[in-house]
Amino acid sequence: MEKHVVVIYPHPDDESFGASGTITKFREQGVPVTYLCGTLGEMGRNMGSPTFANRETLAEIRKEELIQACQILDIDLRMLGYRDKTLEFEDRMEVARNLKSILEEIEPSLVITHYPEHAVHPDHDALGAATIEAVGLMDPESRPTVWAQPITNTFVEDLGEPDVRNDISNYFDKKMEAISAHKSQADGILGKFRENPEIAADIKEEAKKRLGKERFYIWKYDG
Amino acid sequence: MKPIELNNVQQILENFCNKEVYVHLETTNGAYASHFDDKAYTVGAYIRNAKVTFSQAKIVGNGNTYRTGLKMELGWIYAEGLTDWVLDHDNRLLMAGHDREGRLMVSLEISETPFKY
Repeated sequence: MEKHVVVIYPHPDDESFGASGTITKFREQGVPVTYLCGTLGEMGRNMGSPTFANRETLAEIRKEELIQACQILDIDLRMLGYRDKTLEFEDRMEVARNLKSILEEIEPSLVITHYPEHAVHPDHDALGAATIEAVGLMDPESRPTVWAQPITNTFVEDLGEPDVRNDISNYFDKKMEAISAHKSQADGILGKFRENPEIAADIKEEAKKRLGKERFYIWKYDG
Repeated sequence: MKPIELNNVQQILENFCNKEVYVHLETTNGAYASHFDDKAYTVGAYIRNAKVTFSQAKIVGNGNTYRTGLKMELGWIYAEGLTDWVLDHDNRLLMAGHDREGRLMVSLEISETPFKY
């Protein structure tokens, strides 16, 4: 059993869309989970539907949504204070050292992050890379395992089958509840499903198909 | 925010003329544009807290979307596709263009104090 799991993603809602089923499974086993959230998603483009946020109020709104989602998932939250859409321009080593010092304090047995270059959003790629760097800087004896999550359309053909495939059907209601807490984002993104002509009337079933599996690669460090 | 009212916005724009102001200008079609549609390109640009002075400001449009141009001593700032506006409680003029789903496509904001970094 894991001792402590740390999830590192850049945006409020990445944890809910990406790993909330897996997180719920860990919480059911009594494993503590901490979310290190890189930014407040203040450059997001979804403003609620109908819109209730604007560029200047979005940071505060998404912060509240994030706190609520973490309560639903029953996890600890730490906000890292970077700015949305700028993570790839930060000094990677500096971000890595920052993450390393937090990880050394929490001493997790498992870290979950995005798979660099396979995570679509530049912030995902950058924070994933900094996280992998951070764990790489740690003493090999005390390194946590790293699960890297890809979300490109082509990751299976590029990387092969993922090492970890969590069917999270049993936790799906919880996942949708966590996603829905991110109201400013979720309305627009769930709307994306509605737009797609192939999609059947039942949005939940479609969402289940798309979000019902959480897949990760175990990062391999050489030495 | 509310749909742009040309005369109100024009008047507010003029209040910012010949003052040192901070501008936020942004366009985006979302980081996932080419992920959801492989024929699309992901594009965006943004500048926050550009400190400028403009001597002329005008908002023009047809009732659906609007363009705003700011004339500076050595150049111009403009934004196209603006649909909504608000003068917030910090007296900042926030203008934005949203698509049918309410997603932000373009934003032009003017303030006498810096925007939160």
